[in-house]
Amino acid sequence: MHNSKDFKIPIGPQHPALKEPEGFSVALKGEKILGVDIRLGYNHRGIEKAAEERTYIQDIYLIERVCGICSHSHSTCFIQAVEEIAGLAVPRRALYIRTIIGELERIHSHLLWLGVAGHEIGFDTLLMYSWRDREVVMDILASITGNRVNYGMNTIGGVRRDISPEQSQEILIALDILEERTKYYIEVATQESTIIKRLSGVGILSREDVLRLDAVGPTARASGVKRDVRADDPYAAYGELEFKVITDERCDVYGRTVVRVKELMESYKIIRQALKNLPDGPIAIKAPRKIPAGEALSRYEAPRGEDVHYVRANGTEKPDRVKVRAPTLANIQAVKHMLRDRYLADMPIVIAAIDPCFSCTDRLIALKEQESATGKIISWPALHAYSLEWYKKQGIDFTALNKKLSAKGLTG
Amino acid sequence: MRPGKMLREVLGSIFKKPATNLYPAQKLDMPDRFRGKLKFYPERCIGCKMCMRDCPTNAITINKVADNKFEAVFDLSRCIYCAQCVDSCPKKALEPTKEVELAQLDKNKLRVVFSYKESQEKPKE
Repeated sequence: MHNSKDFKIPIGPQHPALKEPEGFSVALKGEKILGVDIRLGYNHRGIEKAAEERTYIQDIYLIERVCGICSHSHSTCFIQAVEEIAGLAVPRRALYIRTIIGELERIHSHLLWLGVAGHEIGFDTLLMYSWRDREVVMDILASITGNRVNYGMNTIGGVRRDISPEQSQEILIALDILEERTKYYIEVATQESTIIKRLSGVGILSREDVLRLDAVGPTARASGVKRDVRADDPYAAYGELEFKVITDERCDVYGRTVVRVKELMESYKIIRQALKNLPDGPIAIKAPRKIPAGEALSRYEAPRGEDVHYVRANGTEKPDRVKVRAPTLANIQAVKHMLRDRYLADMPIVIAAIDPCFSCTDRLIALKEQESATGKIISWPALHAYSLEWYKKQGIDFTALNKKLSAKGLTG
Repeated sequence: MRPGKMLREVLGSIFKKPATNLYPAQKLDMPDRFRGKLKFYPERCIGCKMCMRDCPTNAITINKVADNKFEAVFDLSRCIYCAQCVDSCPKKALEPTKEVELAQLDKNKLRVVFSYKESQEKPKE
């Protein structure tokens, strides 16, 4: 083993250090990473297909469960597309409420990330304190929407719950607490030498690489690319609100940390403005059950980056096609690039730095034959036969059991 | 740049009470808008079955027991507590409660029947 130029270690799909099942095959030379092969598809849930078999109203709750952390992002993104096809004029109050919830969600997601990043670099103190403070925003979300995650706030043509004057006071009080705490975290991030030394120069992604690999969200913004859907293509109420797109020139994990903590301050600013200018009026308009034929592409700046949903309607109660592109899918190629020629010990934090969400990004994979030069896709019966053969080599014979099962019609 | 930036915060926390709660001894109140286990008012139901149609997980079934009398069957293991049925109901026959502790060892107990006779007070579980 010592002589081999590089050897591959598989990390995952089931690994104690990974929170979600995903496979990494890391080619190493000593401590140095020569290349990483990322394999998705272990947690494919078939949500896109399931969405085609449900009505638009049912789909809201299905799409909301694409991601647990950015559930409002996905449901808003989907609903925006549906509303565009149906030509619905969503009341302004609803748009403002969506913006407020979206920003509260960004706060909770970024605080969560800060804790996870702290944990990955062995700074668990940061994890404990940032998650404790995250409870403040979680409580606010629970009191407005009724739930800590999967808020169920959106409906086609508006939102389901209003923000009462008492609740906006509640939010403002919580924002004061959060702002004070965030200032402290900015101080910690910019002064604590263990953070700066551990994260600087790790996972470098140059500006050119961001543009070439199409990274999104804080990953792109930390490399000096001013890419934010809220500013580039304003949706909901962002066009009427004033905020800065935070960028950083450091191009490394430390830059991504700084971008995220500074973005928290912008989120507070946005929510304060939105609450101050919250227009009066209805919170929803009645939407038709049948959405007319048409198609739409919707973009949304989720906490992790740009989220894209494509919806095609065919005039019935159910969509013809729903396509979800979660931000992690856009960033995953950048991870591969960031890890090259780095040390293995940097891997957890570099992966964590894009704030990955593998279940959201998972898609169906086709298995290709490794040996064949053409890369022929293995069919289901061939794969089945291969598995039987493979187990036979290990000394386990499933042939008899397989015959029994296929007699009952239980196998493919 | 200096190490131990959070040290003061950590030392200060020694004298504060824990941020966590001692569940289940100490239980928190759910927010007013919380969507918990559903409550069904059989006398209000007109049997339009809009709730059944909109339920994303087919967790609710409305059965006709007699003329203008309906009962509801909930499958708590399927319900995702989105409360869309509450929004869909034209007669406000459904209502979310603050009940959260719904875990059961017996799967049959997850099927909740709100029958017409026993009215809303005592659901047969």
